[in-house]
Amino acid sequence: MDWSQIDLRTVGVLWNQALQNAGIAPPLLTVINWVVAAVVLLFVGLNMVIGLIWLERKIAARIQDRLGPNRVGPFGLLQTVADALKLLTKEDVTPTDADRITYNLAPALAVFHVLMTLAVIPFADGVIGADLNVGVLYIVAFGSVGSMAALMAGWASNNKYALVGGFRVVAQLLSYEIPLVFAMMIPVLAAGTMRMNGLAEAQGQFGGLGWYVWVMPCAFFIFLAATLAEGERAPFDLLEAESEIVAGFNIEYSGMKFAWFFLAFFLNSWVLSAIGTTLFLGGWQGPFVDRIPALGVVYFFAKTMVMFWVLAWIRATFPRLRIDQMMDFCWKFLVPLALVLLVGTAIILKLGLPSPFDGLALLVWNLALLIGGFWLLGKAQQRAVYASKRAFTPQLPRL
Amino acid sequence: MSLLFLVLALLTLVMAIGTVTARNLFHAALFLVGAFFGVATIYVLLEAEFLAVSQVIIYIGAIATLIVFAIMLSRSMMGREAGGYNRYWVAAAVGVAALWSLLALLLTTVSFPVVDQPVPADAIVQIGAGLIGPYLIPFEVVSVLLVVALMGAVMIARERHRQR
Repeated sequence: MDWSQIDLRTVGVLWNQALQNAGIAPPLLTVINWVVAAVVLLFVGLNMVIGLIWLERKIAARIQDRLGPNRVGPFGLLQTVADALKLLTKEDVTPTDADRITYNLAPALAVFHVLMTLAVIPFADGVIGADLNVGVLYIVAFGSVGSMAALMAGWASNNKYALVGGFRVVAQLLSYEIPLVFAMMIPVLAAGTMRMNGLAEAQGQFGGLGWYVWVMPCAFFIFLAATLAEGERAPFDLLEAESEIVAGFNIEYSGMKFAWFFLAFFLNSWVLSAIGTTLFLGGWQGPFVDRIPALGVVYFFAKTMVMFWVLAWIRATFPRLRIDQMMDFCWKFLVPLALVLLVGTAIILKLGLPSPFDGLALLVWNLALLIGGFWLLGKAQQRAVYASKRAFTPQLPRL
Repeated sequence: MSLLFLVLALLTLVMAIGTVTARNLFHAALFLVGAFFGVATIYVLLEAEFLAVSQVIIYIGAIATLIVFAIMLSRSMMGREAGGYNRYWVAAAVGVAALWSLLALLLTTVSFPVVDQPVPADAIVQIGAGLIGPYLIPFEVVSVLLVVALMGAVMIARERHRQR
């Protein structure tokens, strides 16, 4: 056996052979495999969050010239474990007038929608929970379930801050879903498939470096901005703006139920990074991955962590936007930009140019839109600043 | 497979009954979401993944969210006593019974032209080609209808600065 050819898929094949040798017939075997895959995904996904929370706190601390968690365990690594234990032992308070069933269902639904998305993420070539032919749409579908969870939490808590948080959920998540879907459709157009693994496969040119981010930076920018909003992260974290609505929709939650929202938040950030990695950064593609398949997992996790690091970086440095600024940014900038980009990309791909020129045309189109869009945005901002200055300049009486 | 169908269909029906019997409007809306989700799972059983995902995106992601939003904004937001019946319930029951018998009659007597073959692997490509090819006119008509509805909503909702 050639040891360089071993990857996660080989493990799956060996596992299947072992079960078949034990005398387990195909229908039962399929069911067992589904259960095992689901358990592994859930276990890895839920436990990864402990590391992610530590990582994000450390990154934010270093960026803001602090030390971050450094008391529990080496480098503060066990801080999140201690926090989780503390949350487990905390008193679980339910408000008197809360709607009990909805109140208890909301945190479960919040985690559920993120965990369901894990099923269509290709960790390596063929290592995917379910390679649906509607993979990208499936992600969008479960994203909308997430906004439902926040709405339920906001309403059931019977608290005005929670309710305002719930309103903001609808305004923010529904609005930013539109540019997000448009940005996700652009790699789908280029790859000609909605299967997540197919999208990663399509970025394998130039020795595994033909990632879509090189030729469609504008789409990647729209995706990143919409991701920040969908992941409820700064500068778009208006759902839980502490200085405005205390903590938003999860204000009344305490103990482990709050921990579930917290978990959903961090896991959602990681899952969105993984989706961005698959759509734009080539997923498990990379140099020499065709010769040594085991590298695929390494590339995938490395790229996802870089993307997660970028999200943490933005969260640690940007101030929060006002809600009207955020809505304006979405509806007056991102949505028109995404629409024009989508139509142009479709036309360029329909022209069917030979191999290097289609990428070049896409790149030119993306850069033109990116520069033109920001130029217009700057002009509009300049005009707004001038207008506000005129409004506040004291008018001297004419003598 | 049929056992799974029975369980899912039962769940969908329970959710649908909950939608019409719940006294709290918000609960009714949440039951409606459950019913939509149940229908989506039945589509998955039929290997119509595109339909299932569209069902979740459009019905849960857009329509149900807007219904919930409207309820949260309305007067009976905190009220728990919205009645389940009004004085038209007899007429409604007769109408529903008539519709149900008509549908049952249609489904049992009309023979639909169904071909017994597996679902193609690239169903999405065929759906896309169909929307742009033979079904272009209905597709465009629906698009125009949606745009008109959108513009109407904007016209109704926008503030009229000039007239005030």
